[in-house]
Amino acid sequence: MDWLKYAGDDPVHKLLLMLIAIVLFVVLMAIILFVVDRPRNPPRWFVGFGFTGIALLLLLAGLVYPALSTIWTSFLRRNSGDFVGLDNYVRAFTEPQFLIVLGNTALWVLVAPLVATFLGLVYAYLVDRSRFEKIAKGLVFLPMAISMVGASIIWKFVYEFKPQGVEQTGVLNQFMVWLGGEPQQWLLSRPLNTFLIMVVFVWIQTGFAMTLLSASIKAIPTDITEAARLDGVSGFGMFWRITIPSIRPALIVVLTTIAMTTLKTFDIVRTMTAGQFDTSIVALEFYDQGFRQNDAGMAAALAVLLFVIVVPVVVYNVRQQRKVEEIR
Amino acid sequence: MRIQKFGSRRRGIALAAGIASTALVLGACADTDEGSGGDGGDAEAFEIDCAAYEEFGDLEGTTVTVYTTIVEPEAETQQASYEPFEECTGVTVEYEGSREMEAQLPVRVQAGNPPDIAILPQPGLLSTLVNEYDAVLPAPEQVEANVDEFWSEDWKEYGTVDGTFYAAPLGSNVKSFVWYSPSMFADAGYEIPETWDDLITLTETIAEGNEGATRPWCAGVESGDATGWPATDWIEDMVLRSAGPEVYDQWVSHDIPFDDPQIVEAFDMAGEILKNPDHVNGGLGGVDSIATASWTDAGYPILEGNCWMHRAANFYATQWPEGTEVGPEGDVYAFYLPAETTDEKPTLVAGEFIGAFTDRPEVEAFQTYLSSSDWANAKAAATPAGGWVSANNGMDPENLATDFDKLSAEILADEATVARFDGSDLMPSAVGTDSFWSGMTEWFASDRSTEQVTSDIEKSWP
Amino acid sequence: MTTTTPQMPTPQPVRPASSGLNERARKARKALSNPWASTLAIVIAIIWTVPTVGLLVTSFRPELDIRTSGWWTVFGDAFSGEGVFSLRNYETALFGSSTNMIDFFVNSFVVTLPAVFIPITIALLAAYGFAWIDFKGRDILFIAVFALQIVPIQITLVPLLSAYVDFNINGTFWTIWLSHSIFALPLAIFLLHNFMKDVPRSLVEAARVDGAGHVKIFFQVMLPLLTPAIAAFGIFQFLWVWNDLLVALVMGDLRTFPLTVRIAELAGSRGGDWHVLSAGAFISMVVPVIVFLALQRYFVRGMLAGAVKG
Repeated sequence: MDWLKYAGDDPVHKLLLMLIAIVLFVVLMAIILFVVDRPRNPPRWFVGFGFTGIALLLLLAGLVYPALSTIWTSFLRRNSGDFVGLDNYVRAFTEPQFLIVLGNTALWVLVAPLVATFLGLVYAYLVDRSRFEKIAKGLVFLPMAISMVGASIIWKFVYEFKPQGVEQTGVLNQFMVWLGGEPQQWLLSRPLNTFLIMVVFVWIQTGFAMTLLSASIKAIPTDITEAARLDGVSGFGMFWRITIPSIRPALIVVLTTIAMTTLKTFDIVRTMTAGQFDTSIVALEFYDQGFRQNDAGMAAALAVLLFVIVVPVVVYNVRQQRKVEEIR
Repeated sequence: MRIQKFGSRRRGIALAAGIASTALVLGACADTDEGSGGDGGDAEAFEIDCAAYEEFGDLEGTTVTVYTTIVEPEAETQQASYEPFEECTGVTVEYEGSREMEAQLPVRVQAGNPPDIAILPQPGLLSTLVNEYDAVLPAPEQVEANVDEFWSEDWKEYGTVDGTFYAAPLGSNVKSFVWYSPSMFADAGYEIPETWDDLITLTETIAEGNEGATRPWCAGVESGDATGWPATDWIEDMVLRSAGPEVYDQWVSHDIPFDDPQIVEAFDMAGEILKNPDHVNGGLGGVDSIATASWTDAGYPILEGNCWMHRAANFYATQWPEGTEVGPEGDVYAFYLPAETTDEKPTLVAGEFIGAFTDRPEVEAFQTYLSSSDWANAKAAATPAGGWVSANNGMDPENLATDFDKLSAEILADEATVARFDGSDLMPSAVGTDSFWSGMTEWFASDRSTEQVTSDIEKSWP
Repeated sequence: MTTTTPQMPTPQPVRPASSGLNERARKARKALSNPWASTLAIVIAIIWTVPTVGLLVTSFRPELDIRTSGWWTVFGDAFSGEGVFSLRNYETALFGSSTNMIDFFVNSFVVTLPAVFIPITIALLAAYGFAWIDFKGRDILFIAVFALQIVPIQITLVPLLSAYVDFNINGTFWTIWLSHSIFALPLAIFLLHNFMKDVPRSLVEAARVDGAGHVKIFFQVMLPLLTPAIAAFGIFQFLWVWNDLLVALVMGDLRTFPLTVRIAELAGSRGGDWHVLSAGAFISMVVPVIVFLALQRYFVRGMLAGAVKG
């Protein structure tokens, strides 16, 4: 048993363990599918559960249970069991520190996904079927391969400030100097700093949007574009009237996914400013309260607020999904 | 590769030559001033008295896990300092360092998966673990006896929560230092200031010659998600100097409000330097650049001649770029941040503490070792590049590697020294690691007044 | 992902798309023929590349140079023969610790492979279930799964780790694989479900008429069509797991720590050693970039491109 549990320091043992895990998993899957496929006329719930069962069980244990206990914790004071009702929420909506955080989060979730999706779309459209498509996509995808912390460090270098008269080390300020301007304290100038931090997020996520949207652009049936071309549609008109409507569902999926990521991402702000200079967002505040202040109640309340913020996104998606279904 | 040797002094049984070979594997190298072998000698191994650990029984083959914030490159000297204990007892110390340790330790504790021993970087974390998670075990009697023998009453108090002694101190930091360039001072004919007034006079003298981006002082408080802490040290040093240790204690324990006039006065004393655009921020920008300059780089303008002085702790010695010589005749050195008179020597200190979560014999034995003078000396010997010191009075300063570390040890041992522990580490975390930090960055970055900043921090006190 | 469902010429799912693609490619060099469009594309490409290049150059410079002059100055200096490059940062990153860098690579690999394969497989099945099996409560369940995307990983750490400790399996690779799989599921199901939905109903109906059950349809109709989608999501999941620090730190121990844990240490106890970190960042980027380049051809071809436009 121990051999299966712990691999110790032996790399070969580790790799073997990995193979065993994969094989075991495949066998498990095969058994499930075999059982599902066995009956002649199985009830639909049986087949449905066969396909979705493992996922649902894992999610129940791994995410639903912690989420429910978080909702409960949000009514408690710090780490004690004392029930304090809505106190944590009242704090979140009254203390100036948290109000800034909520405002910034709203800004983030409205702006960052739109910009990232838009840039990803435009870029995917522009390089589509061009000679340099592969390399062009590779360049924009590159930031995805860097961890969020790594990306934040890169951009901290970009925004770095040195006073006039000293050699600049930040590329942005060097440009300011070359253009005859004065170097700026980028991360101190509010509200610009929030947007400059968003740039890092957009820089990473555009590759994600581009990859998925490019795929759907390629899936637009040729007859549609051909017909439009015969009608004399070209350039911008083609993009606006043919491409965008054709990939609308994909656009919504990408926007939604990035919006969800936006709400959860905290390491960018943490690395760039640690949430100071009025740049904090709910996800970071949650992390701070939970892991630095050890205030489990407040952290839980902030996590619940994240759920709440996301409700409109969920509702919108469900409605879109319904619409698509009606067309089909 | 040089072979490690531990400066031999104290009692006891000689150790097997094993140490030398294991040290070789670890690649740590130590140079003591004991003369004889010079570099590369495989001479005396550092001897400790194994008898101290016999009462814990046969520990051969057991393992103790240590969780700490100390990562590369300091991790190597830390691990090397455990070797004499491992040799004596046959215990394997499993070392895990992570910069996320402070956030992750409570997670592990809550999940029922704590390490055996955690090196806590500040007493605030200790009291959180004790009060909120009821997790740390009281120190075993051998540890308490060691601390009573080798540490002052004050240091023992920092490891005590509500009257119970939990955590023995490990290393110590001395924070009241000003870094400067000896050659720049010599060329300009400046003396090391002895009193606060001397320091201000010197500052103004230098400021008259300001050219371009050059200023008397440089400072930076950016430090990732701990941004702001270097500024709290400034304020604490000022409170010690302007209001005195008694007021300092009252301030830290909240017997006087954070925005008490005496504290506001201390802020303004720091502001005389830090908020005056003629005095800061050499090579780094204006006053607001203090908020964004990384504390690790903030002293570098001294090397470029753009800055004359930089207040930072003893461990800043290890932050200088590779090749920088730290010494009285080197590229950089430090002097004691002067007080109002020369009779008093208020000094801001900080340190790490050892918290234990399990009480197996090997864990208690290791705790005992870490709280002993044996460990302090072994650690001193295992830290050839310096930048480390301890207030453990069983540590022989002669084992310390550099002149600068000896200076730190000298200050710690000085009769006139009135040491006070870093206040932000003792305040509740809502202040000490949150509003105090952010208040300081706002103090530099925006035009918020001292009164406003201090009263905001006062309001956040839980 | 089209709103219009095109007429299917044949219900032949797997069919090489290359001929059709080439033809289309020849027809349409549309976008980049416009100079404004080309300029825009180039500008975006440059903005997206310059910061990374900056870091790459930085990673080869000595510490003091990094703090005192901009990375772009090396190009001028290199011409005048004074550029200073060194491998010192890479040496420290690779050989600076008592643990061998290879061990971290192996761990990253061992952690990542199952953590990509397992959740994608589970998600594919679930996505198929939600998209094509009409069972009771399916819509509600799907919405719930979708909404679970927002659960921050941090709130799950203590409950999960407690459970692992109770079962005495903490600190093994198994818990890391399991955790990654759980965290990946909501997004994976959501995305793959959307791709599955776009498979023309006619294809599925045709297979059904031939007497195929769900399992057969899943393997013979869906999987081939979804290859590009799986490749795309596989890349993302690979990147997230490869770059993950949090799960690795909380669920793992000294023997399972991947590269990211080592890289995070490179900043030094007090966070000042960014120069080493820059080298570390590139060391850890090598594998993801290779994987991306290797798999790129699958999804450049386009989701469903083979079947829908055959």
